[in-house]
Amino acid sequence: MTAYYLKLAWLSIRKNPLLTSLMIGAIALGIGVSMTTLTLYHVMSSDPLPQKSDQVFAVMMDTWNPDDPYTELNDGSAPPPQTTFRDSMALMESDIPTHQAVMLHKGFAARLDEDGARPERLSTRATYGDFFPMFEVPFLYGSGWDRNADDRAERVVVLSKRINDKFFGGEDSVGERLMLDGTPFTVVGVIDEWRPVPHFYDLNTGLFGDSEELFVPFQVPISLEYYADGSTNCWKPERIESYQDFLQSECVWLQHWAQLDTDAQREAFQGFIDAYALEQRKLGRFGRPLDNRLNDVMTWLEFREVVSDDNRLLMVLAFMFLAICLLNTIGLMLAKFINRAPLVGVRRALGASRFEIIRQHGVEVLIIGILGGLAGLVLSWGGLIAVRSWYRGYEYLAHLDPAMVAWAIGLAVLSAALAGLYPTWRISRIQPAVHLKAQ
Amino acid sequence: MLDMQDITKVYAAGLIETHALRSLNLEVKSGEFVAVTGPSGSGKTTFLNIAGLLESPSGGRYLLDGEDVSGFGDNARSKIRNEKIGFIFQAFNLIPDLNIADNVDVPLRYRGFSGSERKRRIDEALELVGLSSRRNHLPAQLSGGQQQRVAIARALAGDPALLLADEPTGNLDSLMARQVMDLLEEINARGTTIIMVTHDPELARRAGRNVHLLDGQVSDFQPLEPPPAEADDDDGVRSVA
Repeated sequence: MTAYYLKLAWLSIRKNPLLTSLMIGAIALGIGVSMTTLTLYHVMSSDPLPQKSDQVFAVMMDTWNPDDPYTELNDGSAPPPQTTFRDSMALMESDIPTHQAVMLHKGFAARLDEDGARPERLSTRATYGDFFPMFEVPFLYGSGWDRNADDRAERVVVLSKRINDKFFGGEDSVGERLMLDGTPFTVVGVIDEWRPVPHFYDLNTGLFGDSEELFVPFQVPISLEYYADGSTNCWKPERIESYQDFLQSECVWLQHWAQLDTDAQREAFQGFIDAYALEQRKLGRFGRPLDNRLNDVMTWLEFREVVSDDNRLLMVLAFMFLAICLLNTIGLMLAKFINRAPLVGVRRALGASRFEIIRQHGVEVLIIGILGGLAGLVLSWGGLIAVRSWYRGYEYLAHLDPAMVAWAIGLAVLSAALAGLYPTWRISRIQPAVHLKAQ
Repeated sequence: MLDMQDITKVYAAGLIETHALRSLNLEVKSGEFVAVTGPSGSGKTTFLNIAGLLESPSGGRYLLDGEDVSGFGDNARSKIRNEKIGFIFQAFNLIPDLNIADNVDVPLRYRGFSGSERKRRIDEALELVGLSSRRNHLPAQLSGGQQQRVAIARALAGDPALLLADEPTGNLDSLMARQVMDLLEEINARGTTIIMVTHDPELARRAGRNVHLLDGQVSDFQPLEPPPAEADDDDGVRSVA
């Protein structure tokens, strides 16, 4: 009977293409808007490090003003999200974490050694060699660097795939030289496509943008007395006359991450940080109540409100819009089905049970839902293209993945089923005798 | 075949009750051709709806083919309608988007017959009404008389025990009406029980028995005199395409 009902549905759709198009359009519009919003929300709230996000922690230490808590984040009493240089250096002495890395963002001017071309300023992350295994960065060629290279501020660099393609034609460039700010650096590794979304390890440089093009040891920009390109926050009126003064200041400007695989490790490292803070308190620092935190990746993203209340509200509004579209679809479907009551009366007289009438109309509803879903997908795709072109930083965010495509179709079919529920029920309850005489 | 005992039907609209049938008693034997007549509002259509299980009586007992169907639920009534009853309506009630063969196929689909069985029955039914050559036409491409013959084919395809006809010639001119009546008589002669509602005494006279309804009750069981002999014209069912 399903094939028969498919034929009847097709005849019905063909008979009244305008009404059918309106229903499909209403569903498509609702699906398009809600799926565009849902896709953005889904990516925003996705886990950028799914294999181990509960083992990798952002380190926060409350070195802020004893008389005036750090208030930029949602929780007025929270410690600042970045660390001071001296505190991070002290924590780096600990061997409790499996991996540990301090980092900053800086632009470096890059060109080939013998290349006379103008150097290109590239987004660079200065960090420790542990960054790569901790964040499971995939390598195309070579690898990161070791702790000795960190300590000695060796001039080594890891390239993104794009930069390796650009400067070295995509060949294995390990051992090649690249000039950064006029200084020769040796390429030790080339990473494959890697774009964690959100850009969780440094939210100051764009939530959803591209990842860095170059990676160099953390001590390189320090030895060059570079300041970070990212955010630097200071609360204490200090005399900062030299770079060394800045490094010893209470300014927070670094991101500090640690991999702690076990609860014991985590407790031990928390204890280490707290003990350090209490030690520093004796020196007149850490004047606020002890509040040092280790936030795993997802807690960190929540704490930093990567998915803001505005996004949530937008999603609610999008689904309310979908509901309105569905209400319109219900109205259209009801009009179409009730208009068909005399024919349903004939079918009932000829022996169709209510269940068969429901099946017949259910098949039509599902077809409309699937067509609406497909059209909604096209609208979602268009919507995401629009988002990408209108908003900088959303280039890698606004993409439909297979899961979202499945979601869209499923949501459309469910929506159509919901929209068709009442009209189908109504048409199955008609009194055939009333309509047979009236036809 | 059909045995109605003290059947009542009351329609309630707010505080107003309308008694469409009042203690109606009627027995129709297998193979009979019964015409039900009566003035407007006498309860003819209500009687036919209850007889065809399209409506439930408010009271009384209704035996169809020996089975008490008065208390049956919707599914059971649908099944009996499909298997035991054929309907012929004044307005033909064909499905305009389906061709003739597909229209005849409708009750067979709900019956659950195989494709080959359905095809055989469709072929036979269309052959009987003389419209085999029109099987792929849409209803709108046929004359009124031809459409009614398709409706008859649809009613007969399931081989029902009882054929209910509601003013089957009401929308037809006299020539086509005569052809349809000839066809009904032929069907009755083959053993199918027919109950026909009509307001036309001329047509009622062609039935084997006339039942007159008045105010929701059977008022008269007088068998009618055979109709005056008519010259057989050349417009027999078979000859008209």
